[in-house]
Amino acid sequence: MSLITTLARMEAVRDGRAQPLTTVRHRHLTERPLVFVPLTTAGEAGAPLGALVGTDRERPRLLVVPQPRDRDLRSAFLAELAEEMLPYVEGFAGDVTLEERKETDPATGKKVTVQVELCAGAPQLLVPSAAGVSYVRLLGRSMRFRRTAEQDPGTPHPAPPRVPLLGRWLTHFGERARVPGSSLLLPMTELLSRHWATGQSTLEDQHLGALLAWIDPPEGLTGAEAALRAELARDAAGQLLHPPAGPATDPAFDNKLLAPAVARHDAGLPGAAEELRALLETQLRPTWEAVWRGVDLLRALPEGERAGERWKRDRWSYTAHRDRVRAGEPPQPRRDDAVTAARKLAARETAQAQLEAQEALDDPLVMAGRRLAGEAFAGEVTEVVMEYTEAKVPRPRPLVTVRTDDGPYLAEGAKVHRVLADGKAQSAEFVGRVPGDPGALTVRLTGGMGRGKAPEPGSVPEKGDRVCWTLFEHAPRGGPELPDPERTPWTHGGPPGEPGVELPDPVTAEDLL
Amino acid sequence: MPDLTAGGPEGRTARTALALREATAAGRWALLDHPLLALPVAGTPAFLEPDAVVVHPDGTWTVVEIKSFPVIDGAADPAKVGAAARQAAVYVLALEELAARTADGDPARVRHEILLVCPKDFANVPAAGLVDVRKPRATTRRQLARLARVEDIAAELPAGTTFDLCLADDGKTAGRPAEELAAAVEAVGAAYAPECLAACELAFHCRARARAEGAVAALGRGLRGELGGLTTVESVLAAALGPEPAEEEAGVPDPTVAALRRAAALRAEALAPPLTGIEAACR
Repeated sequence: MSLITTLARMEAVRDGRAQPLTTVRHRHLTERPLVFVPLTTAGEAGAPLGALVGTDRERPRLLVVPQPRDRDLRSAFLAELAEEMLPYVEGFAGDVTLEERKETDPATGKKVTVQVELCAGAPQLLVPSAAGVSYVRLLGRSMRFRRTAEQDPGTPHPAPPRVPLLGRWLTHFGERARVPGSSLLLPMTELLSRHWATGQSTLEDQHLGALLAWIDPPEGLTGAEAALRAELARDAAGQLLHPPAGPATDPAFDNKLLAPAVARHDAGLPGAAEELRALLETQLRPTWEAVWRGVDLLRALPEGERAGERWKRDRWSYTAHRDRVRAGEPPQPRRDDAVTAARKLAARETAQAQLEAQEALDDPLVMAGRRLAGEAFAGEVTEVVMEYTEAKVPRPRPLVTVRTDDGPYLAEGAKVHRVLADGKAQSAEFVGRVPGDPGALTVRLTGGMGRGKAPEPGSVPEKGDRVCWTLFEHAPRGGPELPDPERTPWTHGGPPGEPGVELPDPVTAEDLL
Repeated sequence: MPDLTAGGPEGRTARTALALREATAAGRWALLDHPLLALPVAGTPAFLEPDAVVVHPDGTWTVVEIKSFPVIDGAADPAKVGAAARQAAVYVLALEELAARTADGDPARVRHEILLVCPKDFANVPAAGLVDVRKPRATTRRQLARLARVEDIAAELPAGTTFDLCLADDGKTAGRPAEELAAAVEAVGAAYAPECLAACELAFHCRARARAEGAVAALGRGLRGELGGLTTVESVLAAALGPEPAEEEAGVPDPTVAALRRAAALRAEALAPPLTGIEAACR
């Protein structure tokens, strides 16, 4: 945590409400996100208990598994979930725009420009917390290898028709969520804590109710009081007033209300299924409302300039997976091979570097953190001296002196970057500190001034201008290219063989308790 | 599978020690179901109950730990595996203690790999794997050696301090007034950190106390190191936002205070509406 964030947390403690960490919203929020609030059964992996799902805040669809250990009821739940989610997910597949991309022609080896489809929009899934993201991934894993009766007539427990497909999509969402800055699947707690600092620790920020209580405390209460109420307040029957955001449920609810209700359902009592539905709705509804309240709070912030660029990458990712599904490719394997894993890791590292650079450029408050860390400096231009290279065609290399209060960690010859008025980046080289004038730094501009002998107007700052230079690149690239799959070194398992066929999870005697 | 039932914890530990010695001497496989072990913690014995201990024919012992989190595609949640390894490391330490006291006194007969049993994938089929616990074992051993002894802690408390709830006959209703108990708890110091919330039932009490004191550690353990000598929220805010100390009394400036003041200035500058000069340049 940077010192600026620490300070914001202390201010939140003092004022009794959360303090902004950013001045803009750093994640794209679509017009029509799909909110998914799942609940799971304690003690069983991937046994859903119920869920609220939908794009309409007023009319969520409630899905319930009355006996979570019954695999047929579980299948029915997943089929309903597919029925609700897949039309939304696939609804963005048809509307495409054409983009140009350079590709290597396999026949000639030359680079040629091809037109490819890019979906104009993409689905966006919102879950309450980071645990919800893991749960989406778990659901995806539990579904994508299952076989429907159509795929494999001999399978003893066929999956409902569209369930394996939903599994593949949820797996894709789960994988994409690991890419820094992506917005296909977002946990509300992480979104909110990126934009506000509360007066509690990051651990406590994972409680959605407490986090919202700090950001937007009810009338007459401080954030700390409201958060404590969200964490601990129980009614006369010992039930939490603010049920946990899931997917795990409160043990008091499990023991006192859920277990008896499930037992009544097992005994076949009339009305037991309706009772269970009502019971689970009491647990899900507050979280559903909380997620939407978070959406309201975030929408009030203006979107960062470069968030749209990152969303475009999400659209590319959505389009690519749509193409894989259409091409009839098999589901994602259980474990990535070495090449895929290395590629994913490299892509995530690049995305992380880009995210950090873009957030700083979009937001003066984030940039302030980088300036404090010595990774950027801002100040007033005090002197500009025109100089030229000694080449046959001389190029402008002006020396710019900036007076700043920041303390950047600069070595001689270090590259610095700034944004020009037209959005392009200009690079420069650090020359040295001005002797006898602390805080005055001289840099030599090395680019961004056009091709001519004289620099383009506006590309060289003038005396009195305020400029902000960063020590980090604005559009960092990934590392060197990876070798071809067939040249994978032995340290990484050697060249991958033929991909094996991934079989569905076998049904065992212990599956049905 | 030897029978380990006996009256009272001391009886059960003695029984376990006896069964282990016999099984080791016999030189065959044996499984001890829920044995009871004793380990001195801070000078007082603590009783531990591993899920099982396996005796190998070569006379070595393995701790078995059964957990309910799943192993999916050969991998389990690392945080949960880590917690299980730490728990099992304590059992290994207790067994080493026992091995040193009994038989030929060789603590090396306790294997440093424990057997972790979990459900596999989405079924309830057990899957087992060996987990090396040498690292958590060394950590726990060092921590146990550094613990203040219970007698020393008790010696500093006012005489008559007790945490006894004075339970009524039903075993649930506490007979002791809450204020009295709270005062007793107050008498013992606590170093609260947010991590306590996941592990300790008194955490909310300690948190309330830490917040009332304005301790910075309540916001995260890392902050303490970052802020040096400033331990309360109030002092941090005063250092960051208060008036600058007069030159003559300033002396050598504290680097933490200087960094805080700089952070406060930058934050105020970035948040000051409307965007002017410098911020516009940064956009």
